[in-house]
Amino acid sequence: MTEEIIIAGFGGQGVLSMGKILAYSGVMQNKEVSWMPSYGPEMRGGTANVTVILSDERISSPILNSFDTAIILNQQSLDKFEKAVKPGGLLIYDPNGITKLPSRKDINIYSIAAADEAGKLGLSKIFNMIVLGGFLKLKPLVQPEFIHKGLEKSLPARHHKLIPDNEKAIEIGKGLIQAVQVLN
Amino acid sequence: MGELRLMKGNEAVAEAAIRAGCDGYFGYPITPQSEVMEYLMAEKPHERTGMVVLQAESETASINMLYGAAGTGKMVMTSSSSPGISLMQEGISYMAGAELPAVIVNVVRGGPGLGTIQPSQADYFQAVKGGGHGDYKLVVLAPASVQEMCDHVKLGFDLAFKYRNPVMILSDGAIGQMMEKVVLFDPIPRRSEEDLIKQNPWAATGKPKSREHIIITSLDLDPAGQERVNLKLQAKYKKIEENEILYETLGCEDAEFIFVAFGLSARICQKSMDLARAKGIKIGLFRPITLFPFPVKAIHDLGKKVKGMLVVEMNAGQMIEDVKLSVGCSIKIEHYGRFGGIIPTPDEVVKALETQIIGG
Repeated sequence: MTEEIIIAGFGGQGVLSMGKILAYSGVMQNKEVSWMPSYGPEMRGGTANVTVILSDERISSPILNSFDTAIILNQQSLDKFEKAVKPGGLLIYDPNGITKLPSRKDINIYSIAAADEAGKLGLSKIFNMIVLGGFLKLKPLVQPEFIHKGLEKSLPARHHKLIPDNEKAIEIGKGLIQAVQVLN
Repeated sequence: MGELRLMKGNEAVAEAAIRAGCDGYFGYPITPQSEVMEYLMAEKPHERTGMVVLQAESETASINMLYGAAGTGKMVMTSSSSPGISLMQEGISYMAGAELPAVIVNVVRGGPGLGTIQPSQADYFQAVKGGGHGDYKLVVLAPASVQEMCDHVKLGFDLAFKYRNPVMILSDGAIGQMMEKVVLFDPIPRRSEEDLIKQNPWAATGKPKSREHIIITSLDLDPAGQERVNLKLQAKYKKIEENEILYETLGCEDAEFIFVAFGLSARICQKSMDLARAKGIKIGLFRPITLFPFPVKAIHDLGKKVKGMLVVEMNAGQMIEDVKLSVGCSIKIEHYGRFGGIIPTPDEVVKALETQIIGG
């Protein structure tokens, strides 16, 4: 099993930390992982993205031009990465702020209204965990016990009291994600 | 098995230095390697092991602090990125001349000049062919993973002290910034003052009445003396070439074509290999781990068995010169590279293989 994922959105949306929690959970489940962020000026107020690879084998390139899954949190990233999803692959997006919808018919497209839901629940800081939950519903690559361990490892000890909220957000995300039919 | 962590390459370098029993780190911040000092400052090893962590006023100061500390036999390290490493070249040449052990980490970014902060391999020539003035060599290690960023620090210190020679770890912005699983080696205590003196009789550790002054210098105004220094250095480099070559091969057994690449490029080529083999192309990968000493014989022997080699580097063609010198003119050897912080994708490397080597 090798899963090649791009997570992309605005800086500050928790793109990198979502990737880190996923990657650390993978490590806890004894998988090979790599986490390759965009870095530098583009992250300061612009778009941020991270490539996460989970595998049962040694990982070759941490830099990729096509992905099994794209998790997209803004329009710029959708424009950039929709075409980079492998045929038959998965595209997940949050419709908040999306004006031009994805249009490919050879991939599986899902939407998750995580930003809206997080706002309603007052959980906007862990909106990224709702998105992660949606992804894990479709691709349960990492088991909940290892997500728990991944959260413990990724978050500084002073934030460990927030782990139950993070896990709750993941569960909410699992119920929130829905398939999107691309119309002509 | 050692402790398992998910870490950035830069953090792994810092943690490995603490664990290797490093006595001091001197550095100056520059992207994309600032996490090395950030991590050390946050970990406060001076409270645990006594290791000094100091932000110097410039790269020139860092390298000269390293020079002074290394002269006392201490185990010391600095890190920087390309423009900062250029500033250090005078000190590096002096350290090579004075035969002082130290580890210098270059997390390379795109150049020339101030360039960019994105990953590059354009400092190969600088690292391998000198960089500073005079006939000297650094041992140059090229990690291709976060695990090797960790392991090469320990290996680097071992080689630096074994040969009394500066060692450079030639990494790049991507390997510095990315996180991977790392198995950390168990901490080694810092050497005691007695052990240091016993193991490094050449070091300037204070003069007892029982012996003459130890003088560490790279200056000898008598040309005959300076020639003797050079002959000694060359003999040492030859010994390093005989004993310390490291490389990795993948899929070379049945290969008709070979990718030659180091560091991040080798990782990309591994993916390109999978893509090309799926198309029925018999391709292997040769990855030099030591860039000096360069695996001349292994590449030469491989050159006798295959039809062509594509040297993939994030520069305009630097290591290819050493590959060509190793192989000779018997087969087709071409270069594929991207510059200035652009990383080649696995697809475009396969395309280059098909057009430049197989179809060319």
